[in-house]
Amino acid sequence: MGETLLEVKNIVTEFRTADGQLPAVRDVSFSLNKGETLCIVGESGCGKSITSLSVIGLLPSNGKIASGEVLYEGEAINKYSPEQMRRIRGNKISMIFQEPMTALNPVLTIGFQLREPLMLHEKLSKNEATKKGIELLKKVGIPYPEKRMNQYPHELSGGMRQRVMIAIALSCNPGLLIADEPTTALDVTIQAQILDLINDLKNDYHMGVIMVTHDMGVVAEVADRVMVMYAGKKVEEGTVEEIFNSPKHPYTIGLLNSVPNVDDPDFELEAIPGSLPSLNDEIIGCRFQDRCKFASEKCRSQEPPEFNISSSHIASCWLEEEGELRWQS
Amino acid sequence: MAVLTEHEAEKLSNHKQVLLEVTGIRKYYPIRGGVLQRVQGNVKAVENVSLQLYEGESLGVVGESGCGKSTLGKAILGLEELTDGKIMFKGKEIQNLKKKEKLKFIKEMQMIFQDPFASLNPRQRIGHALEEVFTIHTNMSAKEKKNTVLDLLKEVGLKEEHYDRYPHEFSGGQRQRIGIARAICLNPSFIICDEAVSALDVSVQAQVLKLLKTLQAKYQLSYMFISHDLGVVRYFCDRVLVMYLGHTVELGSVEDLFNHPLHPYTQALLSAIPRPTVQKKRKRIRLEGDLPNPADPPGGCPFHTRCPIAQDKCKQEKPEWKEYGSDHFAACHFAGQSILA
Repeated sequence: MGETLLEVKNIVTEFRTADGQLPAVRDVSFSLNKGETLCIVGESGCGKSITSLSVIGLLPSNGKIASGEVLYEGEAINKYSPEQMRRIRGNKISMIFQEPMTALNPVLTIGFQLREPLMLHEKLSKNEATKKGIELLKKVGIPYPEKRMNQYPHELSGGMRQRVMIAIALSCNPGLLIADEPTTALDVTIQAQILDLINDLKNDYHMGVIMVTHDMGVVAEVADRVMVMYAGKKVEEGTVEEIFNSPKHPYTIGLLNSVPNVDDPDFELEAIPGSLPSLNDEIIGCRFQDRCKFASEKCRSQEPPEFNISSSHIASCWLEEEGELRWQS
Repeated sequence: MAVLTEHEAEKLSNHKQVLLEVTGIRKYYPIRGGVLQRVQGNVKAVENVSLQLYEGESLGVVGESGCGKSTLGKAILGLEELTDGKIMFKGKEIQNLKKKEKLKFIKEMQMIFQDPFASLNPRQRIGHALEEVFTIHTNMSAKEKKNTVLDLLKEVGLKEEHYDRYPHEFSGGQRQRIGIARAICLNPSFIICDEAVSALDVSVQAQVLKLLKTLQAKYQLSYMFISHDLGVVRYFCDRVLVMYLGHTVELGSVEDLFNHPLHPYTQALLSAIPRPTVQKKRKRIRLEGDLPNPADPPGGCPFHTRCPIAQDKCKQEKPEWKEYGSDHFAACHFAGQSILA
């Protein structure tokens, strides 16, 4: 594949709370190429959103990257000053959030919010920015873009708002687009429109896309590669075919088995027992052991390292110890 | 909780006993405006819906947000006053009952809400919240109540020690279990699940769905399962009702509806679901545009503004609700025509 756009090396993101330091992301590494879509999946509280916020430097004030590096085009952007970061954010790295209503300012017109990044980063005049803004709205498939420029967010439907968010995010031709559950709040028919739009734009702009989602259907639809997270750790990573056709980690398998399949009437739902451990639980060994039906003595005493199953497929599970040997021989 | 009497068991073995019959119900919300706050129009949330629900079955109700599926559920339970129409439950008309009589029927019909946290008092212990139901509806002593609640907690997969806890101490899945416990505590025969698993993570969602199925088999419950997730509906339900803009567009058994959808909207809805498989790329029908404004619905067929096979006829005439095959209904002039072509 193409050249590396983003490299995240062993980041640990911690939150300062009344109970002390809580690690929400524990030693996660991944990389992303240009023109590639990486999906980060997992259940709520697994650290997938925090991982993406760490990349773009938008952690809440009590959170910080305690160790590790975020390299964007080879530069360690986690070391940047807030001022430097501001120049990158919305310019080279953009983000789309789940709730377009809360991400858009309700008292400013769509036009104002669209012009803002263009005037700030691209140094366009107001007139030029307006023209570009209308073009962008057209590009994301909004009818009557001239009229929309003077409207307020509450006058648009949910799908429209998400399109506006995408238009704003793409206004400065970013190299990396982070989409945090961009379609979760939308209906399926609208979701299909938005997913297609993101995919088309990715190809047009040759962007790297990090999509954070919990919906396995969305993952299968858009991803090139998938990273599965559980309780702050990366448990499996591979191409979308590897993850869906030969998942290795029991958690990934469980996740796939708990999504009812629309096309298969005889599908037997298999639930994962129990629930996610809390962030401050110190667990010796594998973090999934309590919910795993294959858990053995080893899982309870030692944390599994990452095993390579193929050149692109990694799983952190003791069951794959032999898998790695098989692949290497 | 009660053991089935012979009579009841016999009734259940006889399939297709109608439990609930809804005839032509409408729910309009008036829009007021002007200086005198006069009614200027109506949001037609539910428009002429008729359906039957059989004993022991699960009826799925699907559609996009704003299509009136939740309003339909609430209207059936009497939580929303009907504008028009009739609801028969176990052969008795229930929409205009007096409060006292209503209390009797309420025991038989329950609802599980999407956000169980919002429906629990944050300052009340779970055990007490559940006991309250018995205080209102039965004459149990305090000790009996406590014992029943403890049994109930076990029934839904919680532990006895959860009795004294507060709602914030529970996870989302556990809270939904509490919601289920509250719904089943008076032996209802009919439960409306309004997006009951939508807010849960997939692994927990699967647990709750399994629990609902177990309870259904044990107590012969009928469910009306309101959801926007067609995958869950296929897994969980026997029959499915598709709604669009307050209208019913298609009703059929799960097999018929998923394998041979008649209405173009159902076809589009099915094709829009992202499948969790990577084998083949399907051809997807993309609906353009958004749901029209329910305060100002389009004339003729409500779906014609987004329908890929709409003709002039659809703009003028409202299609009839017709049966096309056994127990498979649709409202479309061109029902059965594929929109893929």
